[in-house]
Amino acid sequence: MLREKACRFPLNCGSGAPNRAFTMTTKPRTLYQKIWDAHVVDTRDDGTSLIYIDRHLVHEVTSPQAFESLRVAGRPVRRPDLTLAVPDHNLPTTARKDAAGHILPITDPESAQQLAALKKNAPEFGIRYIDATDAEQGIVHVVGPEQGFSLPGATIVCGDSHTACHGGIGALAFGIGTSEVEHVLATQTLLLKQSKSFEVRVDGKLGAGITPKDVVLHIIGVIGTAGGTGHVIEFRGNVFEEMSVEGRLTVCNMAIEGGARAGLIAPDETTFAYIEGRPYAPQGEDWAKALAWWKSLATDEGATFDKTIALRAEDIQPTVTWGTSPEDTSAIGGVVPAPEDFADASKRDAVKVSLDYMGLTPGTKLTEVEVQNVFIGSCTNSRIEDIRAAAEVLKGRHKADNVKWAIVVPGSGLVKAQAEAEGLDRIIIEAGLEWREPGCSACLAMNPDKVPAGERCASTSNRNFTGRQGPGSRTHLMSPAMAAAAAVTGRLTDVRELVG
Amino acid sequence: MKAISHVAGRAIPFGRKNVDTDVIIPAHWLKTITREGLGKGAFEAVKKEAGNVFDDPEFSGAPILIAGDNFGCGSSREHAAWALLDMGVTSVIAPSFSDIFSGNAFKNGILTVALPQEAIDRLMEVAQTDPIEIDLETQTVTTRFQDRYSFEIDPFRKHCLLGGLDEVGLTMAQDDAIAAHEAKARDALPFLAKTPATI
Repeated sequence: MLREKACRFPLNCGSGAPNRAFTMTTKPRTLYQKIWDAHVVDTRDDGTSLIYIDRHLVHEVTSPQAFESLRVAGRPVRRPDLTLAVPDHNLPTTARKDAAGHILPITDPESAQQLAALKKNAPEFGIRYIDATDAEQGIVHVVGPEQGFSLPGATIVCGDSHTACHGGIGALAFGIGTSEVEHVLATQTLLLKQSKSFEVRVDGKLGAGITPKDVVLHIIGVIGTAGGTGHVIEFRGNVFEEMSVEGRLTVCNMAIEGGARAGLIAPDETTFAYIEGRPYAPQGEDWAKALAWWKSLATDEGATFDKTIALRAEDIQPTVTWGTSPEDTSAIGGVVPAPEDFADASKRDAVKVSLDYMGLTPGTKLTEVEVQNVFIGSCTNSRIEDIRAAAEVLKGRHKADNVKWAIVVPGSGLVKAQAEAEGLDRIIIEAGLEWREPGCSACLAMNPDKVPAGERCASTSNRNFTGRQGPGSRTHLMSPAMAAAAAVTGRLTDVRELVG
Repeated sequence: MKAISHVAGRAIPFGRKNVDTDVIIPAHWLKTITREGLGKGAFEAVKKEAGNVFDDPEFSGAPILIAGDNFGCGSSREHAAWALLDMGVTSVIAPSFSDIFSGNAFKNGILTVALPQEAIDRLMEVAQTDPIEIDLETQTVTTRFQDRYSFEIDPFRKHCLLGGLDEVGLTMAQDDAIAAHEAKARDALPFLAKTPATI
């Protein structure tokens, strides 16, 4: 029977559901389309769909108002078993216990209140909760994949725009606001309109010392911060196929910086090997079923995208930002641009304001820009590979005297333990940098880790927005290896001059 | 959610492009556990600029904000929408909006109106001296100088905004469909439909 034959996708084998999503299709589909189709609960005449959410990550900043609304309306959480709560944004990254093992209090009363709210709300609504002092605690976007909670083909949401990150394992993952957090808690669904699809290809051979962060900064420099608005990006090409899962998470993490709510990379053997055996990963019979389905998810040959760009790996250099938008990128060998270099009048104005804020003069060589602070961490770059890359540069070296504050913040307790088992913490500390407890840290200045006004920071985070790392802070985004190189020389530096 | 059908009054001629949600409300204001009181922190960094429009008494309490392309990009913080509401803004006019912000705005009864740059330029000019009117029913923006611009809006969003409808309640009414999907997923995709019980 044709129906049986055409069915490549288990959920589509339902018995004649009238819903569009469950009808047979032989048309080639993209990875995004396949995941979308598997999660449609209902589609309205206006094209809005009710989409089922498989995994919901919750942190302390964007959830208190959602829980409060549920409480007021007397509504339970529909699927607490598909929800995982972990504090990350507010937590100080200094020691959480004293020498005697007693938990230290959070000194900022507002942070303490928000953290306490999550700790109270999670058990009240039956949600699993990882506490600040648990070994598994970390940044939600590090914890999800690390625990095997985030899975290929799943729909994953979190009240945080960097949820795009989980696309690195082939999940359709995106950030939501607090009203949507409430909606997912109550119904395990979201009302969505399907996005357009955007293929970003990078093929060729990356040069020595070029990391996933350089790749994604380069892409954002090309497409701009609104380049992906209304789209879901699928990153394709041999560069991503050859990348580790950690690297893919870094790339997809910043899809939102290119305006796309989600980024995706097709799951493959690298992904499966990464997930197998993790605590929340499917086991036994479920694992076999999962593998079979995951292998069917890659974009079909002949599937079309609404938009495509193709970049050459050979064109990508170690990349840094000079302005206050993630699209303000340059190869490290470049100079600070002038407003006149830009064709668009409003961009010229923006660059003028931006350079003024950054305290930079057009024509200055980027390698002459001094930094006083270095931050290696964030959901973009705090996984074990990132710590290793930084340590490789720092080994046997010491931070420059003009660098006043340099911290390395692992993305989770498990990353921290792994790094310590490899002796990376010693290398980092001997180089004069601080080795901290896991959390969002200086990425967003919600906790005590901040960059002082007027000072520069070589940062592995994802946003160089005005005031992002603290009021008046000046952020230069780059890879962990590049940030480590900046720590050593005290200025923006081409890491290839130190290593390789 | 408060119903919204007509917004009339002064408009803050901000006009800036790529305004991210860190600019609308910086992170240190996000430590609240309620939705109220965030207007004080709105556009904090911009307010430090001499002669900024937000400190101009002319625009104090104005219900409309006019901005440039890609308004609300960056962080998903709904606090950006709450901060706008708290400062009295119930509608934002811009050439384009980030996906997450426009969703957050909608869910808080803030009407986002996308108009071409030429219209924005004209409205920025009018806003200096005169009020602007937005009518959701007819999907038009008008001024007393006979300017008239039509805008597009998703029909479902329009329906919800006009009725002040609670989306969570609407979706909960579809419980049967959700349960049916869950039953189907339990068979077809069991590894997604559950997490190990032993953790």
